[in-house]
Amino acid sequence: MRTFDYVRPATLPEALSALAASPEARALGGGMSLVPALKLRLAAPSALVDLRGIPELRGIRITDDAIVIGATTTHADVAAHPAILDRLPALAALAGGIGDPQVRNCGTIGGVVANNDPSADYPAALLALGASIETSRGSHAADDFFTGMFETALAPGEIVTAIRFPIPKQAAYEKFKSPASRYALVGVFVAVTAGGVRVAVTGAASCVFRAEMIESALGERLAPESLEGLRFSTDGLNADMHADAPFRAHLIGVLARRAVSKLLATGKVN
Amino acid sequence: MQIRFQLNGKPVTVDVPPHELLSELLRDRLGLTGTHVGCDTSQCGACVVHVDGRSVKSCTTLAAALEGATVTSIEGLADGAALHPMQQAFHEKHGLQCGFCTPGMIMSSVEFAKNNPDPTPEAVRHWLEGNFCRCTGYQNIVSSVQAGAAAMHAQRKGA
Ligand SMILES: Cc1cc2nc3c(=O)[nH]c(=O)nc-3n(C[C@H](O)[C@H](O)[C@H](O)COP(=O)(O)OP(=O)(O)OC[C@H]3O[C@@H](n4cnc5c(N)ncnc54)[C@H](O)[C@@H]3O)c2cc1C
Ligand code: FES
Ligand code: FES
Repeated sequence: MRTFDYVRPATLPEALSALAASPEARALGGGMSLVPALKLRLAAPSALVDLRGIPELRGIRITDDAIVIGATTTHADVAAHPAILDRLPALAALAGGIGDPQVRNCGTIGGVVANNDPSADYPAALLALGASIETSRGSHAADDFFTGMFETALAPGEIVTAIRFPIPKQAAYEKFKSPASRYALVGVFVAVTAGGVRVAVTGAASCVFRAEMIESALGERLAPESLEGLRFSTDGLNADMHADAPFRAHLIGVLARRAVSKLLATGKVN
Repeated sequence: MQIRFQLNGKPVTVDVPPHELLSELLRDRLGLTGTHVGCDTSQCGACVVHVDGRSVKSCTTLAAALEGATVTSIEGLADGAALHPMQQAFHEKHGLQCGFCTPGMIMSSVEFAKNNPDPTPEAVRHWLEGNFCRCTGYQNIVSSVQAGAAAMHAQRKGA
């Protein structure tokens, strides 16, 4: 590993100026993606700005119609939070299915969102729920945020401060895990929101995307049978040692049906 | 840079390069080689230790981030010559063969057992998803964790 400076600021303004000091400086969340990348020399920053010393970036707030999760809140904390288990159990279950317990004890929601790994779980929840990404510069809608493989709308030096999830009427997430890493080979998040049914797919392509064909079928009738016979194109789908494109296309349909069944079975309508 | 933290109940002050991993600090400089390193991809769990009571992968933790933390490695579990109940359970139930994965298995299981006095085999297997064993086939590890969890809680009640 190449060496770097390590700083742990106590406030957001200090963190922003530490990041602005060098174009090669990087923010550090839980380190669960960045430290492995440093070890493999896929990243060689001049400085790491550890965000975990900034109290206001951590923690969970519940309002009447939204759940707001601070950027450095760990997956384990989201998975176990009583109000999330009650108001948005699909999100708690998603967080509890990320990686393994040690990844969940360290990894942060802000880190996942900023990283935008094509197989990460949270991006599917953000996109399906119509979340907003609050940052040091303002706010981004999830629809405009995930722009490509490991690419987001974040400007250099911009820090994710929190994610705001509007509470849906109903939601469910299903993924087919890689047995080694638990990353999603494919994951499908289905949400019934105030604005209609929204469906997001992760793991299948270079970036999370909304599945309009599934959304309109479920908009007509919210039932797994509505998705029988739908065929998903393999255009743009990932093919790698874990799965080829036709298998991933098949999984989208299977997981969407399972998610709808789960959503109907929980019977939770806010 | 200088950091201060608690290691296995004792205060430690060390100079660390910012890129030093906790696994490297423990093994190469503090002589605590019970923490094993089995992979380069943060997946195997042989290196698990506790930081502030939670299990983490020491191979993916920067030592520089530990200022003020409380760290427990496998060497910190036993009480003198008396093994920790989870260690004793692995011994009695033959939860190991070569032993390479064992320190990580035990550290991970101790966190789990704190909140799970009577776990099902499924719950144990789900929790141990981040700990790979290439010898045992896991069966005896699962029995060990169940027995260890029961023993930890029996001991607590008895005390
Ligand atoms: C073995 C293993 C299995 C995993 N399995 C899964 C899985 O099943 N599903 C899944 O979704 N993920 C999985 N992950 C990834 C895990 O969820 C990570 O926590 C996540 O990708 C990165 O979050 P982090 O907090 O660790 O970020 P870091 O690794 O610290 O940072 C990642 C990137 O985000 C940037 N960054 C971090 N925080 C911020 C912020 N607040 N603002 C701006 N930029 C920021 C960093 O500069 C860096 O570029 C796995 C990881 C491992 C090691
Ligand atoms: S050595 Fe494999 S996870 Fe740390
Ligand atoms: S006992 Fe050999 S790897 Fe687990």
